[in-house]
Amino acid sequence: MIVEVGHYALILALALSLVQGTFPLIGAQLRYAPWIAMARPVAIVQFGFVAISFAALTHAYVVSDFSVLNVAMNSHSAKPLLYKVSGVWGNHEGSLLLWVLILTLFGATVAAFGGNLPPELRARVLSVQALIGTGFLLFMLLTSNPFERLVPAPTDGQGLNPLLQDPGLAFHPPFLYLGYVGFSMAFSFALAALVEGRVDAAWARWVRPWTLAAWCFLTVGIALGSWWAYYELGWGGFWFWDPVENASFMPWLAGTALLHTAIVVEKRDALKSWTILLAILTFSLSLLGTFLVRSGVLTSVHAFATDPSRGVFILAFLVLVVGGSLTLFAIRAPCLTGGGLFAPVSREGALVLNNLLLTTACATVLLGTLYPLFLDALTGEKVSVGPPYFHATFVPLMVPAVVAAGIGPLLAWKRGDLAGALSRLRLALVFALAVPLATLMFAAKAPMLAVLGTALGTWLVAASIGEFAERVRLFGASPRETWRRAKHLPRAVYGMTIAHAGAGVVILGIVVSVTWETERLQVVQAGESVPVGGYEFTFRGVEDVRGPNYDAVRGIFNVTRDGDLVTVMTPETRIYDTSPQTTTEAAIHPTLTSDLYAVIGDPDGSGGWAARLYHKPLVNWIWLGAILVAAGGIVSLTDRRHRVGAPRRKAGRAGSGTARAARA
Amino acid sequence: MRLSYVLPLALFAVVAVALGIGLTLNPRLIPSALIDKPVPDFSLPPIDGRPDGLAAADLRTGEVAIVNVFASWCGPCRIEHPLLMEVARSGEVPVHGINYKDLPRNAMAWLKRYGDPYRRVGSDRNGRVSIDWGIYGVPETFVVDRRGRIAFKHVGPMMPEDMHQRILPLVRELQDR
Repeated sequence: MIVEVGHYALILALALSLVQGTFPLIGAQLRYAPWIAMARPVAIVQFGFVAISFAALTHAYVVSDFSVLNVAMNSHSAKPLLYKVSGVWGNHEGSLLLWVLILTLFGATVAAFGGNLPPELRARVLSVQALIGTGFLLFMLLTSNPFERLVPAPTDGQGLNPLLQDPGLAFHPPFLYLGYVGFSMAFSFALAALVEGRVDAAWARWVRPWTLAAWCFLTVGIALGSWWAYYELGWGGFWFWDPVENASFMPWLAGTALLHTAIVVEKRDALKSWTILLAILTFSLSLLGTFLVRSGVLTSVHAFATDPSRGVFILAFLVLVVGGSLTLFAIRAPCLTGGGLFAPVSREGALVLNNLLLTTACATVLLGTLYPLFLDALTGEKVSVGPPYFHATFVPLMVPAVVAAGIGPLLAWKRGDLAGALSRLRLALVFALAVPLATLMFAAKAPMLAVLGTALGTWLVAASIGEFAERVRLFGASPRETWRRAKHLPRAVYGMTIAHAGAGVVILGIVVSVTWETERLQVVQAGESVPVGGYEFTFRGVEDVRGPNYDAVRGIFNVTRDGDLVTVMTPETRIYDTSPQTTTEAAIHPTLTSDLYAVIGDPDGSGGWAARLYHKPLVNWIWLGAILVAAGGIVSLTDRRHRVGAPRRKAGRAGSGTARAARA
Repeated sequence: MRLSYVLPLALFAVVAVALGIGLTLNPRLIPSALIDKPVPDFSLPPIDGRPDGLAAADLRTGEVAIVNVFASWCGPCRIEHPLLMEVARSGEVPVHGINYKDLPRNAMAWLKRYGDPYRRVGSDRNGRVSIDWGIYGVPETFVVDRRGRIAFKHVGPMMPEDMHQRILPLVRELQDR
């Protein structure tokens, strides 16, 4: 019964989204107030229905109702509760439901808290949101109904893919989707602006918090996914340039560009059509990501649910949404006139450079991801594009971007002083030269790329802190004056400093861990010792362990340093009851400066066990840095200008819409 | 100037067309250079503890056959295993096995635990014969026609639809020929 209620709620939500997608849009065009006013209540009620539907599916999972096909296929009664709940979105149908839940949640948030938005803009934004939602709801109800019944019901379910049965991954999709779907807000605002023919500082100020929030979620989502790959796949790697990873990374790159260019629109009234285009592209890439993951056009270690027949629907939807919005852009964007002019060396100039580099980087990733598909479509030849391509194209683009990220914030708007900025960053420059020099002198091996990498990472951290010190006059003013300045500095500045420094920390983590890791792959006998990166791993043997729903072989390693016991590491290989797949559970011992990482493999048949042992210096800085980047975004989100809301549009244009109609 | 506003749309059109074509392709379908070629000359000993072994002559008996490359250490092999058991039980077509880089003890235990669908199994301890078959990962599955030529190759674990919609229909077609 509850299941049918959930299904029915979904159908009602579809009906409401059709209403929300048409009447307010037409109402805003005709300036018919009752239809404009419809948008708010409908958006909130629509969210309510989707929430009921989601709750119904979650209930089916929690009570293990195997008469629901989706539950029977993806759950098992012996599964721990956490994974029963995360199983809701661990499959195709459920993840779509989560998508729509978040989409309507954002719509409802605009409806509930967007009181200071001009009613027509709000109506248009909510209509565009609803049109996106209509597509997804139709997709679900027509091809991927999560509430389909299974008769007769099996006695138990088939279980969740054991690789996914993991706390890191349980929360990876929700964050990713909060990011993807969050960008739909920027998209909806962009389309509304195109329809209105108007982009101004107030518009940018409304868009920015949404973009920022979505971007923070996506950052956390990507970091969680990478962390999961690091400890669960047992290869010790953290990023594989896999199509599914790229699918989440591309919207992040475009979103990062969008964040920066929105500042220019807000402060300087320039780069309008470019910002609109970025907003469209960012969400389009999110949709493309969904398409790539869900349709099976690309093979990937991550492709857990693929079905070509669904791909046709998603492709049609993609063409409609992206093609439609880009057509609207081609027709309307030329009417958007930019205001502020600026010299090449200026804050705007630096942000334009940032945008060029980030979007080019995004394009290279897109090309690398789709190239095998293009080639197959054109010539039938099968290739796979691997990390070498991405390292050769992506990394060189990031070098100038990192350099510019250090200098840009010190440049003035309109016309900046490059020499002056550099002289104020001389301390950072000293650091950026000293650290790589030190690695050259003291490290056993120091490839040029790694030296350059440490220089860049150090530079970004030092320059971000240096720029902050400059702002609060840390050197050259009294402590009281410094404190006063620090207190009055906008939160956005704090956010930028933290995020930029965090990016530097990520770079350092990647460069140092990849360059100076120690890896030992060998067969070990009980009692045997292996030296790894200054530590001694002593294999004590294996034991069989029974988990809640799996059998495991657990290897035991005593790790010592200079004879002192540091830790006991117990990597496992698990065989789940419900799936023939085995998973590796790497044992990781993190310290601030390095990770020790152990994986137990297969027996060699004569008492020995294959083991992989790593020492990875600074590897946890990658995720620490990512957390800093996201934290910077959150701090920036609490900036006063977002809390007090956007300024009223200039007098004469606000509210009535007559003047606006004359412009449009 | 006007053109630059249309450019994103034009680029997207190209991407959309490629994605559309991509949907019609099967990413798992990796063409084999050996299709329509006779099976390589080979002769494999049995797994220790079995009487049979597998050789090229066993595939030139005028009977259509499925050859499945498997190993006890191979996780995906266990996914497709029930399908092979099902085919073996139906008796529709003989299933032969090539046991790839495996310890005899582990292979025998595996067959005992999960069931033995194979009529004949050859043990390829060092993987030399598998190279001649063009194998670069387990599991892989071949369909061999009446004259001992390779008619089809499947890379990766077979899903029920692979077996029922591609492989078995092909087997029937070859048997009727």
